[in-house]
Amino acid sequence: MKNIDKKIDFETRSLDTVCINESHLEHKWYHNIKYLMVGLLFGIIFIKAEIISWYRIQEMFRFQSFHMYGVIGSAVIVGVISVFMIKKLNIKTIYGEKVEFHDKKFNKGQIIGGLIFGLGWAITGACPGPIFAQIGTGVTVMIVTLFFAIVGTWVYGYFRDKLPH
Amino acid sequence: MLEFLKQPWPWYIAGPLVGLTVPALLILGNKNFGISANLRHACAACLPANISFFKYDWKKEIWNIFFAVGILIGGVIAFSFLANPNPIIINENLRTELASYGITNINGMLPQEIFSWENLFTIKGFLMMVVGGFMIGFGSRYAGGCTSGHAISGLSNLQLPSLIATCCFFIGGLFMANIILPIILSL
Repeated sequence: MKNIDKKIDFETRSLDTVCINESHLEHKWYHNIKYLMVGLLFGIIFIKAEIISWYRIQEMFRFQSFHMYGVIGSAVIVGVISVFMIKKLNIKTIYGEKVEFHDKKFNKGQIIGGLIFGLGWAITGACPGPIFAQIGTGVTVMIVTLFFAIVGTWVYGYFRDKLPH
Repeated sequence: MLEFLKQPWPWYIAGPLVGLTVPALLILGNKNFGISANLRHACAACLPANISFFKYDWKKEIWNIFFAVGILIGGVIAFSFLANPNPIIINENLRTELASYGITNINGMLPQEIFSWENLFTIKGFLMMVVGGFMIGFGSRYAGGCTSGHAISGLSNLQLPSLIATCCFFIGGLFMANIILPIILSL
């Protein structure tokens, strides 16, 4: 493990992505297996709680079922308590690093982009995580949806400077 | 035990487990839960095209790609070994509405009468799989995150921008599900 500190690179990465890797440590690739395991458990929860079900998403947006509200609501409550505890008790990572939090800045993208994302969410019944689980259940055509989600991301990057933020 | 696991899991089991993903990733290595970033990493890895938004060291974020592959494998495992043997129960009003569009087979996670390779080149299939996918990718990056990054991760850290984004996700979803989707499904 060696410490790396590329400030400029970090700023580019954190530009507006919420998925920032805060760790300043560099590990061998196999350290990533633990994230694969968390993802694996997460995928099983997705399927078993039918969070990735197109029907559950339709029920949610038609106010026909409490299920998805219960899932998201209780997930947020547990998340809030967890983050509070990490800050309060100053819990470190398993490598002894301090857990870092960054405040998000508001920009118009959260409104415009949010609305567009919502349209896509309701039409496909998928967000970027569930697409992977949907493919896993054998609906291979969702690979096409995933591909066009990547295309959409690329097109956003291409026109980013011209879009209102 | 296996029989129990095969049942659909209730929200009060699944929700807290999803929430625990946030501290799990933070404690395992200071990682912020957010899956849509993988779409950006895919762009950065495959076709950065000299766009500054994609010029960064994506290899540093490879943990997230492992995470996404894990979700896919989890999907395979749950589908192969923990599949619910009973038919999926959906709201009667929704069932009636879908039947009026000719969607009667409600097995699986997605209606097979729409989400199939054969339908990809119909107008309905194109709008739902191709345009839908595009909107997910474009919208989530424009918003700076998706359901995991904003609605779960961001709200867990009490971020106002994430609350705004989450509300907009819902407004967009309500509009699509109730106003536009019925038209598309009638095509």
